[in-house]
Amino acid sequence: MVPILEVQDLDVSYSLPGGASYTALAGVSFQLVAGEILGVLGESGSGKSTLAASLLKLLPSNGNISKGSVFFEGKDLLCASAGELERIRGKRISLVYQEPSVALHPAIRAGEQVFQVLAAHESAGKNTLRQKTRQVLGSLFLEEADRISNSYPHQLSGGQRQRVLIAQAIACGPSLLIADEPTASLDPTTQMEILGVFRTLRDQLGLAMIFITHNPALLAGFADRVLVLYGGRVAELGPARTVLSSPRHPYTQGLFQSMPQILESTDTKRKTKLPMIAGDSSAVPLPFEGCVFEPRCPDRMEDCRKREPALVNLGESHTVSCFKYGG
Amino acid sequence: MEVETFHGGQNMQPLLKVEKVVKAYYAKNAAGSREKLLALDGVSFAVAQGDTLAVVGESGSGKSTLGSCISCLEIPTSGSIWFEGRDIVALAESERRKVRPRIQLIFQDPSNSLNPRWSVEEILLEPLTLQGKLKREETKQRAVDLMTQVGLSSDMFERWPAQLSGGQRQRLAIARALALEPKLLILDEALSALDCSVQAQIANLLMELQRTLGMSYLFITHDLAMAAHLADEIVVLNRGRVVEQGPAEKILRHPKEEITRHLLAAMPSLNNAARPPLEL
Repeated sequence: MVPILEVQDLDVSYSLPGGASYTALAGVSFQLVAGEILGVLGESGSGKSTLAASLLKLLPSNGNISKGSVFFEGKDLLCASAGELERIRGKRISLVYQEPSVALHPAIRAGEQVFQVLAAHESAGKNTLRQKTRQVLGSLFLEEADRISNSYPHQLSGGQRQRVLIAQAIACGPSLLIADEPTASLDPTTQMEILGVFRTLRDQLGLAMIFITHNPALLAGFADRVLVLYGGRVAELGPARTVLSSPRHPYTQGLFQSMPQILESTDTKRKTKLPMIAGDSSAVPLPFEGCVFEPRCPDRMEDCRKREPALVNLGESHTVSCFKYGG
Repeated sequence: MEVETFHGGQNMQPLLKVEKVVKAYYAKNAAGSREKLLALDGVSFAVAQGDTLAVVGESGSGKSTLGSCISCLEIPTSGSIWFEGRDIVALAESERRKVRPRIQLIFQDPSNSLNPRWSVEEILLEPLTLQGKLKREETKQRAVDLMTQVGLSSDMFERWPAQLSGGQRQRLAIARALALEPKLLILDEALSALDCSVQAQIANLLMELQRTLGMSYLFITHDLAMAAHLADEIVVLNRGRVVEQGPAEKILRHPKEEITRHLLAAMPSLNNAARPPLEL
């Protein structure tokens, strides 16, 4: 299958006051085909939100894409003109943000906010667009779509607000949806509900999706493939089932082991120390040379400090960047 | 009615005993008339000395209201909250003031619960100075000790909260809570906003502190996996009522109530890789 999104060797840095710069992403490459859900997993500072912003060229003014390409439906977005980008953002590629209470305008009714997205991108008459708005909201709210449409954001629950944001995102029929921590502020029940919405959209509309999260458990049974980011580098990339059940990178392994599992919590294991990754990624500066995970890695070797490991293919399109597997 | 204590035999008094606590709020409904909302509707349970009790439930179940009532931030509409043998609901405000330091709260998001314009040192010194028990030099030493206790270095005294990582900020919030030597810590979603690898570090720190200081924890959370790991007892709240309570393992392995099963089913877990497709 022809990928609809192809990111190649993407480098992004932020310039800091005083002339210094901070590398947020280095050498990130991946592909996405229609109808595929790619889970991007990373903790704060891993570069996952920078990735979402760079795909649409929405970086803050000190952000700089120094290298790489982002081919979307055969066109390099990084070379696209401002006008071309306007036509792609929100129409062909949509973003769903984390905080629905912040992403929605507090003083405009929900339905109107969905309508505005349509009006910005489509040339049809007002009535047609109103009807389309109703249709989109109706597909996300089986009942009471009209009441929701007439409500202000503060009158809606967190889950309902998130559905309104999703309605905005899919209104113009995009082929790619980028969701940045879309369920982080919701409770588990609502979280599952929203994941269900995403799954249904994928199944019904054949959307491709980049789902960014810091919680690996959300990706189980949801994502098709998982990309693990650490310090702006791809640590591991592969089929979700493989990566989540038998991770190979020491970071991914440490991360999964540190999470308590309900069924494993027997009386003997309870209240015992959880295995943890030493240090704190956002408190320890990344090393200038060698593997970015080296300072926290339990399996570090001689080579790790000298150069950066390359991605090693372990088969089944599962790749890992670690010297343990060759590098 | 006598509330049964879960732990420590018959004669050991629980540190905290919540009895038939009701908290009502009044809100205007669509028609403009006052409507009574029962955030807590007859909640009873007990926490033994040195134990951890997890309170789980969906948003809106009354978990956080419960935390506010126990930490004296809200006064219950009716019912009693016995802490170290005294009913804090019935106490005069001047007496309640003396109880407050012994019950401390840790919030979900340390970036909102620490004053951004205060240095780390000022944040830590405030409770010590207000308490007024220590001399000036002793206060400083105590602040250094507190930092060490939570795994921070006192080099950070001059920094601002914004210069700390999420994990460091939560450690600082814990150090501030420990300053007044509490007997009970209320952890209101204290791990939820942190990265997974940092959650494990803070959970380990909390368990270590509990072992050395003998504090009791009331762990308010929607993360059942973490509740299962940290708690001795679990209370399941739904719409302001306790629907199920008992030893953590029993509740999680053999949930009796529909709502508990529902919460368990909604828990994302790495073991869910084989989960059937979700429904809209």
